[in-house]
Amino acid sequence: MADLSVSAASLAGQSQKGKVALRWSLYTLLCLFALFYLLPLFVMITTSLKSLDEIRTGDLISLPREVTFDAWRTAWSTACTGIQCEGVRPYFWNSVLIAIPGVAISTLLGAMNGYVVAQWRFRGANIIFSLMLFGCFIPFQVVLLPMARVLGMMGIAGTIPGLIFVHVIYGLGFTTLFFRNYYVSIPADLTKAAKVDGAGFFRIFWSIFLPLSLPIIVVTVIWQFTQIWNDFLFGVSFSQAGTQPVTVALNNIVNSTTGVKEYNVDMAAAIIAALPTLLVYVVAGKYFVRGLTAGSVKG
Amino acid sequence: MTKWLEENTPKLVLAPSFIAILVFVYGFIAWTAWVSMTRSRLLPKYEIEGFIQYDRLFASPRWDTAFGNLFIFGTLFIVIAMILGLVLAILLDQNIRTEGAIRTIYLYPMALSMIVTGTAWKWILNPGLGLQAMVRGWGFEDFTFDWLVDPDMAIYTIVLAAIWQSSGFVMALFLAGLRSVDEEIIKAAQVDGIPTWRVYTAIIIPSMAPIFLSAFIVLSHLAIKSFDLVIALTGGGPGYATDLPATYMYAMAFSRGDIGQAASSAMIMMLVVFAIVVPYLYSELRSKDG
Amino acid sequence: MKSYALGIACGVALGTSGAAFAEPQAEVLHYWTSGGEAKSVAVLQEEFAANGGTWTDMPVAGGGGDAAMTALRARVLSGNAPTAVQLKGPAIQEWYEEGVLADISAVAEANNWEAVLPASIAGHMKCEGTWCAAPVNVHRVDWIWANANVLEANGIEMPTSWDAFNAAADKLQAAGIIPLAHGGQAWQDATVFEAVALGILGAEGFHKAFVELDKDTLTSDAMVATFDQMRKMRGYVDPNFSGRDWNLATAMVMNGEAAFQIMGDWAKGEFMAAGKAPGEDFLCASTPGDGFLYNVDSFAMFEVGGADKQAGQALLAELVVGKNFQKVFNLNKGSIPARTDVPLDEFDSCAVLSAADMAASSENGSLLPSYAHGMALRGAQAGAITDVVTAHFNSEMSSADAVQMLAEAVANSM
Repeated sequence: MADLSVSAASLAGQSQKGKVALRWSLYTLLCLFALFYLLPLFVMITTSLKSLDEIRTGDLISLPREVTFDAWRTAWSTACTGIQCEGVRPYFWNSVLIAIPGVAISTLLGAMNGYVVAQWRFRGANIIFSLMLFGCFIPFQVVLLPMARVLGMMGIAGTIPGLIFVHVIYGLGFTTLFFRNYYVSIPADLTKAAKVDGAGFFRIFWSIFLPLSLPIIVVTVIWQFTQIWNDFLFGVSFSQAGTQPVTVALNNIVNSTTGVKEYNVDMAAAIIAALPTLLVYVVAGKYFVRGLTAGSVKG
Repeated sequence: MTKWLEENTPKLVLAPSFIAILVFVYGFIAWTAWVSMTRSRLLPKYEIEGFIQYDRLFASPRWDTAFGNLFIFGTLFIVIAMILGLVLAILLDQNIRTEGAIRTIYLYPMALSMIVTGTAWKWILNPGLGLQAMVRGWGFEDFTFDWLVDPDMAIYTIVLAAIWQSSGFVMALFLAGLRSVDEEIIKAAQVDGIPTWRVYTAIIIPSMAPIFLSAFIVLSHLAIKSFDLVIALTGGGPGYATDLPATYMYAMAFSRGDIGQAASSAMIMMLVVFAIVVPYLYSELRSKDG
Repeated sequence: MKSYALGIACGVALGTSGAAFAEPQAEVLHYWTSGGEAKSVAVLQEEFAANGGTWTDMPVAGGGGDAAMTALRARVLSGNAPTAVQLKGPAIQEWYEEGVLADISAVAEANNWEAVLPASIAGHMKCEGTWCAAPVNVHRVDWIWANANVLEANGIEMPTSWDAFNAAADKLQAAGIIPLAHGGQAWQDATVFEAVALGILGAEGFHKAFVELDKDTLTSDAMVATFDQMRKMRGYVDPNFSGRDWNLATAMVMNGEAAFQIMGDWAKGEFMAAGKAPGEDFLCASTPGDGFLYNVDSFAMFEVGGADKQAGQALLAELVVGKNFQKVFNLNKGSIPARTDVPLDEFDSCAVLSAADMAASSENGSLLPSYAHGMALRGAQAGAITDVVTAHFNSEMSSADAVQMLAEAVANSM
């Protein structure tokens, strides 16, 4: 790790006091930013723990006078998302069924694609890669209608496999990018040597590249999981009763335009919907940076 | 036969994904282009009628606002998020004791869906219920922070919320990049007596060019996807002051049963993206070739 | 013996019409997701189940149906349309033109819909002569609601002209009360606009402008006057109105922060849910002007395969226009039954007033479809007008410019 701070102080010939002052201002700055990032989460959590009266009469960042988990219970199992008032629980499972296979398949495909483009240069490989990369930029609204048609023709419209299919297709650009950037930094000699030893395409992947790939797999899994779990547009367009993901349920709870707005339930529902991804980032965050450090972002 | 199979395995492996992208990205763009030349309303029709949809599009004041907003939002978001991400990464690179915790705090907003982000910020930025009310409650009667309800300033609230959500991720990218710069070069520079800031600007940052590419791709992708955020935070308002081409397209396609219009706006949007992203990609990937 | 006869009867019935014994099934796409509305729709579900049907709920909230329409389009394109969809206004006929709606004339005729529905409402439910949708309710849009105590304390009566409204508003502002509670979302701006337009243009002018899209009326002095009044209204709302949800504006009237709100009769549901009594705590009246702007919710039946689903559609249509559902649903929702022969003794005074007004305006030709709520125009035109209205309301645009923009927007949207 580049340890520039100490050298900076000594190089500049600063006094001990100056160095401390610098440190203090550094930490203050970091703290201010931390407050900026934490504010919305703080507001969401405290609101979800207050009763409706308290929300109406209190102010934005006041701590709850009386902590109540009613809103959470409601959000999980009794909030109305239509005629059914079962909360977000049933939809949560749908999201799981969509996200896990979606992440697994798109990561695997990305790995294989990245491997091909990075290590098995053939004519036009870079052009193909660029064309695939461009797929990252297509706004999803553009594909909604033609995709609906195609899903219908394939017979998987409105089903979980249909949603998995859609997410895999539109995740390919990113997953390929991540793996390609990572594999490009692995010396080509490794592959050459293995080929000389008689190893084939898949053998080399399995025994050499895959074991080295843990950091980038973590990065890709985190990214894809976030994208798929948090997606709303595909979820609302390509699902039907019974296959709707948790984002659709959240929208139903938060955006119902009549009746009393139960802010605490809304916030609780939003946090519940966000918990899996939050957990992933908090737990795997350090592997995330480690993975990025391990050369995934360099060309 | 097996020899042919062996030689072409890489291509065969890549083929399904490539074909999928050809069909589901480029094919669909072509479909959209086709529809943008028709009089499609509720559902797509396929008789070509020329450029009427584009005429209608350019005569629409709402499109002008949306299009202008794309550049305001896009530029501000990408530039500020990059700068902020870089600054935070440099700050965090200074041997901070609680680095892990702080890094998680900066990074977690990325985990939230844009609907959640928009809802939370909508509340915070609401003059009557949020920050403004709170600071006034503390005694600062003249404090105003009503960007959200001001037609001229509302677009900047979108910029703010989007930066909040994504700058942590950019920071993580840059931090990784900073950490992977060769120690030897840095030590050599320090031995030569070059000041820290100079080391950063002359050596470290230039060597991170590939990371700028990744950051740019991620941020552009998020800028285009910011549809959810706009809907949740301002609903496109006040009036249609915070409309973006993505929300314009959605409104035309799904609220107004005017799919031809939606398609033409989508094509313009794709053209803009194309014009910006392709040259950048080309220059970056070309320099890495060979 | 009895069961033997029953068995024969069943056999005969089966032989004559196989569809009659299909299990009615319906997948219903709607956006009634809040507590009150959801309970009202649950009534329909219970009746459906009681008649042997299976209801599969597909709720998609938000934006007055935008997300629901997205889902609908995707479903139709993929060949998998829902059985029944909450649709209203010309959208029904638009979908019919795409060839995806089913014909439920059999049910309509068997239940004599023609006789029990007002003519203009029946018109919306028909597609080129055949019945294709079932009406659920009639909402009145051009209501003005007021906090009774605030009005009394300031010596103000419910205004019967827009000048009277302006005078009352000035008085209230001087007393430190927000004259008009408003939520700055495009559809709310449009709601206020059309109420004002009805008052200034009159019933015939309204029809010419917002149903016929007559250019002369759209650029007339009366239209300029309408925008002038809107500019005045802008001065009567509080600075934080932008993006506010409509029910929060209603809350402002309830707690005395504001005096008036111009909103459809779903606002009444809010007042009642908070325990306020019509006539005592809150007042309801038609906005200044002659006429009745209606918004009819309905279920449109889509072309689906399978005897089960078709039986489901028939059963659903029958129940929707049935007396019991019409009464219960509307009691909960704040609207009045679409059916004219439902006794109104359980309904509150505002609903009774609404029903009487509806009958009267139907007689003298001032029963008009609401443009702001998608009853008068197709999506593209209505949207274009709303864009101009909301742009004008949220800026310093002059009325003359607004009228010009209006004419251009309408022409551009054709």
